[in-house]
Amino acid sequence: MMPDLPVWAAAVIAFLLIVAGFFALTGSLGLLRLPDFYSRIHAPTLANTLAAFCLVVAILVAASFEQHRFVAHSLLVSFFLIITSPVTAMLLMRAAIKRQLRHELEEKNKALK
Amino acid sequence: MNQILLMAANFALGCFVTGMVLAVYRLCTGPAMADRVLALDTMYINGMLILLTLGLRFNSALYFDIALLICIFGFVGSVAMAKFLLRGEVIEP
Repeated sequence: MMPDLPVWAAAVIAFLLIVAGFFALTGSLGLLRLPDFYSRIHAPTLANTLAAFCLVVAILVAASFEQHRFVAHSLLVSFFLIITSPVTAMLLMRAAIKRQLRHELEEKNKALK
Repeated sequence: MNQILLMAANFALGCFVTGMVLAVYRLCTGPAMADRVLALDTMYINGMLILLTLGLRFNSALYFDIALLICIFGFVGSVAMAKFLLRGEVIEP
């Protein structure tokens, strides 16, 4: 189970956990509710960056208090996400634009015939 | 004092699982193919957050390594599917 932490460290970790959960839920709700793909792709980046970073900082604080030294290996997850999520977003956006353009071209050809 | 930590971890887990369920709904009903890939992307991020929270809750270092692996391979999968949507082929000669 969890180690015994001082009161203020536990409060900080609990606050970060609640903020992370709130942001992840907001991102997924935006994915569900927003009208079209180009606005929908904005929502999950909230979970990618803010929620993951809050959770990573919470783990950093907990591990540092448990081992009585600075433990920063959990920042790796946030680092990877910050590097990789723009690449995915850019490729997905280009794929969506290309497919939409092709669809419009087919519609136009069908209307010409 | 650990009680509040436990409650916060449970709240975060509930939020992540709810987010995953919403992403599954978008995966099933997404109108375009890009929507489905985006929903898969959100799903693996939420699964990774669940694993990180479980590692904090059960105080185990194993969960962190699994989360790191999911982070890397989820990115590879998303990029492969986006590339397939873009060009119709993943690895081009």
